[in-house]
Amino acid sequence: MTPLRPTLTALARGAALAGLALLSLAAGLAMLTAVVLTFLLGLVIVFPPAVRLARAVTRWQRELAARWSGVRIDDPYRPAPPPPVPQADGWYRDGRTLYKRPTIPAFNQRWNWMSRDPATWRDFAFLLSAPVAGGLVVAAPPLAVAYGVARAAGGDPAIGAAVILLAAIGARWYAPWAVRVHGRVAAALLGPTEKARLAQRVSRLDAARTEVVDAQAAELRRIERDLHDGAQARLVAIGMTIGAAEQLLESDPQAARALLGKAREASATALQEIRRLVRGIHPPVLAERGLGDAVRALALDSPLRTHVTVDLPERASAPLESAAYFAVSELLANAARHGDATEAWVDVSAQGSALRVTVTDDGRGGADPERGTGLRGIERRLGAFDGVLAVNSPAGGPTTAVVELPRAFRAKPAPTTPWRYFGRLCWVLWPIALFPQGLIAMVFKLVDSPVKSWFLGLHVPEPFQWPVIVGMIALGGGLLAVALTTTVRGGQTEDGACG
Amino acid sequence: MRVVLAEDLHLLREGLVALLRAHGFDVVAAVESGPELLAALIGERPDVAVVDVRLPPTFTDEGLQAVLAARRQVPGLPVLVLSQHVEQLYARELLADGSGGVGYLLKDRVFNAEQFVDAVRRVASGGTAMDPEVIARLLASNARNEPLGRLTPREREVLELMAEGRSNAAIAQRLFLSDSAVGKHTASIFAKLGLAPSDDDNRRVLAVLAFLNSK
Repeated sequence: MTPLRPTLTALARGAALAGLALLSLAAGLAMLTAVVLTFLLGLVIVFPPAVRLARAVTRWQRELAARWSGVRIDDPYRPAPPPPVPQADGWYRDGRTLYKRPTIPAFNQRWNWMSRDPATWRDFAFLLSAPVAGGLVVAAPPLAVAYGVARAAGGDPAIGAAVILLAAIGARWYAPWAVRVHGRVAAALLGPTEKARLAQRVSRLDAARTEVVDAQAAELRRIERDLHDGAQARLVAIGMTIGAAEQLLESDPQAARALLGKAREASATALQEIRRLVRGIHPPVLAERGLGDAVRALALDSPLRTHVTVDLPERASAPLESAAYFAVSELLANAARHGDATEAWVDVSAQGSALRVTVTDDGRGGADPERGTGLRGIERRLGAFDGVLAVNSPAGGPTTAVVELPRAFRAKPAPTTPWRYFGRLCWVLWPIALFPQGLIAMVFKLVDSPVKSWFLGLHVPEPFQWPVIVGMIALGGGLLAVALTTTVRGGQTEDGACG
Repeated sequence: MRVVLAEDLHLLREGLVALLRAHGFDVVAAVESGPELLAALIGERPDVAVVDVRLPPTFTDEGLQAVLAARRQVPGLPVLVLSQHVEQLYARELLADGSGGVGYLLKDRVFNAEQFVDAVRRVASGGTAMDPEVIARLLASNARNEPLGRLTPREREVLELMAEGRSNAAIAQRLFLSDSAVGKHTASIFAKLGLAPSDDDNRRVLAVLAFLNSK
């Protein structure tokens, strides 16, 4: 009876989600009241609490979708506005009006933030449609059981028992699927829209760009200073030394020779300095051989016994390679410096179109990105490319750092295309099956209408009419579920491929 | 002695040609790109080639690739590779076939004409000339390796010079030691590193490098 436990779990979750759907409906009705009061009677004061209530309920839905349905739904809301700041004279400005206290400007900001965010209205739509959209799907098995119990109590024990048995057997397959579908339906309305996602990404990239530009300017200043104080100064000295030697050539060849020797030494030192500088700007081996061999060269220079595996389809763009290279360089240096490590493993590979580098060492762990400036520096450098650094370093080790840079390689054509066409077909077909062929035909059948129209269920012989009608309703629901799930899944894969 | 030279910077190429001619070498070809170099190496079969790593048309490691390709066709073709920077990775690739006749030096080493010409001659006769910087980095990255830690500072100095490709006599001269003292040091180094002692200069360099690279 191994499948019993998951089935029961799924059933319990389904019942809980159905209950939550009712709660959502209540919250939706509360918000509907608030909207009516706000926009018809001008009682704006009730709007923010209603939105808060709606967001609390939908946040719960998102959490459950992540925990039970395995569908991660990101927060779609715009960032909350900062509290109002008083002007120099202590007054608060809001548009063309001045206020003595921050209450009203703060309220206005909150009002704009809530009412202009499409996510607020999508939440509203979800709350009102929750019992129909996902609620019915998960509530079906408990409802069937309740119906069976009602029939049994109503003097039809055989039919009641049959219905309960059918529901119990069907639940084994149906219940887990229903919970998953519920999550996907929730994701369709509760997830961020493409626009909101882009807006969030723009603000993240904006912050990253500012950091990168600052860091780059500082880097250029450092290089300028190094060249100015180092190689440039040495070249001046070399020139002067050679000039002096030239003058001494006739009168004191011995001294001239000594000066030329000095000039030669100075030029060697200047070269050394430039070489070190170049290594820090763009390592020659990276330019000559690409990331794989550059990482191998790093491994050879590292005091750790370092094992490198590289599996890349092609060379990534130079700035990306450079970011990944310096990340590995810093991570290996960290491992050797702080971690007491003796051995390290570097894996460079492509994950879809993303470049992933994993650096593992056998040191004592305890690395914390919040504290280490080196790790912060890597994150900043990666941020410009939407890249991320994840460090797992429990005290006692081992430390694993993963660097991931999206869109490093050309994406393979998405294999989901036929599925998406299928999904679109389902979008077209589900209302036809559910409404005219299913529900309307059912109404016609119930009122015994003489009109048969194009409803298949009314044209077939009598014993098959009800099964056809019920089948059409089920088909419509199924097509809707397929439409929602394929589009949501298609969206996710596309998302994975490009961002 | 016939030399093929590959260097894309005109001034440096002329300078090297003049320097080599002044020391009695016969520069049979002075080329400036990878494909030309490969053709010259195969066509001329020089006694030694002096090659810049970075050459047109790609300005990556064109020179090194040409040299490796030529040595695959003509095993043991002596080549001295020059570069603005040295990488252990490239040194390993040059030494990988184990047939010797390989040099790998920073371009700065040309400043000291005597030592440079000495390195060219050593490579031409099938020996090795590794840049001290390569050796230093090799030793630094192996510093924690167990047997290296047991060497005395003097033995480390001798090992560094040995790995550069110098003979016992040259090492003795460099460190102001007697030949026999150097002989004792080398014997001790070989014993500590667990290598078979050998008189052949090239073989012992390769043995040292193979050991250092075996981490």
